[in-house]
Amino acid sequence: MKVSVAGENSFIIYFADHACAEVSAQVQQACTLLKESLGNVLIDLIPSYASLLVIYNPMQTDGSHVQHKINASLSNLSNSQNTSGKLVTLPVYYSEESGADLAELAKRANLSINEVIDIHQQGEYRVYAIGFAPGFAYLGEVDERIAAPRLSSPRLKVPKGAVAIADRQTAIYPAQSPGGWNLIGSCPMSMFDADAQPSMPVEVGDIVKFKAIDREQFFSLGGEL
Amino acid sequence: MSNLTNSAKPLGMVVEKPGMLSLIHDLGRFGQHNIGLTTGGPLDPHAFKTANKLCQNSLNDSAIEITVGGLELISQIDTVISVTGAALPFTINGIEHPQWQTIAIKQGDHIAFGFVSSGLRAYLAVKGGFNVTPMFGSTSTVTREGIGGIDGAKLKQGQLLECSSHDECMQLKASHVPSYDSAITLRVILGYQQDAFTQVQKRHFFSSEYQVSESFDRMGYRLQGQAIKPSIDGILSEGICLGAIQIPANGQPIILMNDRQTIGGYPKIGSVLSIDLAKLAQCGQGASIKFAQITMEDAHNLLHLEQANIELNSVEPIEKLLN
Repeated sequence: MKVSVAGENSFIIYFADHACAEVSAQVQQACTLLKESLGNVLIDLIPSYASLLVIYNPMQTDGSHVQHKINASLSNLSNSQNTSGKLVTLPVYYSEESGADLAELAKRANLSINEVIDIHQQGEYRVYAIGFAPGFAYLGEVDERIAAPRLSSPRLKVPKGAVAIADRQTAIYPAQSPGGWNLIGSCPMSMFDADAQPSMPVEVGDIVKFKAIDREQFFSLGGEL
Repeated sequence: MSNLTNSAKPLGMVVEKPGMLSLIHDLGRFGQHNIGLTTGGPLDPHAFKTANKLCQNSLNDSAIEITVGGLELISQIDTVISVTGAALPFTINGIEHPQWQTIAIKQGDHIAFGFVSSGLRAYLAVKGGFNVTPMFGSTSTVTREGIGGIDGAKLKQGQLLECSSHDECMQLKASHVPSYDSAITLRVILGYQQDAFTQVQKRHFFSSEYQVSESFDRMGYRLQGQAIKPSIDGILSEGICLGAIQIPANGQPIILMNDRQTIGGYPKIGSVLSIDLAKLAQCGQGASIKFAQITMEDAHNLLHLEQANIELNSVEPIEKLLN
């Protein structure tokens, strides 16, 4: 573990140089420990694959004090504990009409469309990070057989709810936005609702499973194409 | 939203013309990075806070960031406003008025802004602040996210900006009025992947002059000049703090501003002092940028001085003319 300065009001903690479930569990554990030890000096935490950005209020404390607290808190970090958050199952309507790149991805992977759907559905995915846009959760890792590089030219409009793959990551677009991931289906559930409490169904450390639904179920759950 | 116990119609200022980009802001949205929300907030917090200070408001009260200009409002009330930040023609019923002091406004007054001559972003505060419902703890508008302000968007013609009646006028001491230069030095705290930049690369960075490219907005400022290269291509995506300096593959620095995305995977050499980001935010294409290194201790001292500078004694009552 290494603690580096990020900016005038932030430190970044590096837990490892690669992403895996164990490292992600450590990041998650560190979030809990630092919320306790930093209290109201803490402004924001940005957990990611193998790092944690800690943003504090420099008008209330100084950097060396925060660094000391980080080091002290994280000495209690355990290596063995593979904690994960709640399990969230999300329905997905996998099809060529809801997943514009499904056929192409299957063809390149030398699999049938149904095989791609089965493989994607069989996985359990950890929320490694949330960012890019409000509610955008980076989930990993998909089976190598259905991993696919980003599109060479990103789409200007990816529809809300699009379920997509980039390399060994998968995600659901919480709102219409530009994007370069491969679209394989659509989820009718809202991934970000500013008026809801909580505004997101998942947080970093949670486990996500996908469950295939048909066209009719998709529309009855409020899905739109 | 209607208020059943109070039948009085809300009053305030009506947007006659929204201008290029006029946004409601408070100091920004904090504690929400974990769901991917950015900070937002005024790009020049110094000018924003001073506008509120002049109106004797809380520094976090909602005010308007006017980028480039063109905003026109009609007041439905008697109140007090202040305009700070970029220099731009500012008229009430066609008569030009000064910035950096409060101005009394009468019901029916037409408040109009021309276009900036120095700096890029001006701030309009009203006594008591604009009454906007916060989202995720803040009224700051982030259009990319559709969050904050009124419906998450820039101001539109016909909108009512609610505020209440007041009087009493204040001005900023002349010695405190900033000038907006188009050649600035940004103070940098080295950090993040600084070890991936050799001493030679760092010397290039700190001794070169960069220009603001045509690509700059509330998310980030892309610079052009001496390319610098880290010894690594990319990194695992990680949290990005305000002012972080990303170095993409072409070696041209990108300085990340208030509306930055919260995580990203480019190497970063360090971060710009927030006080200096306010100066950068007043610069447009072609402005000349240099970097200077400071320590975190220096940065914290400067932040405390900046706060004192705004909080203490910079605002005085305008002496009434006796005749």
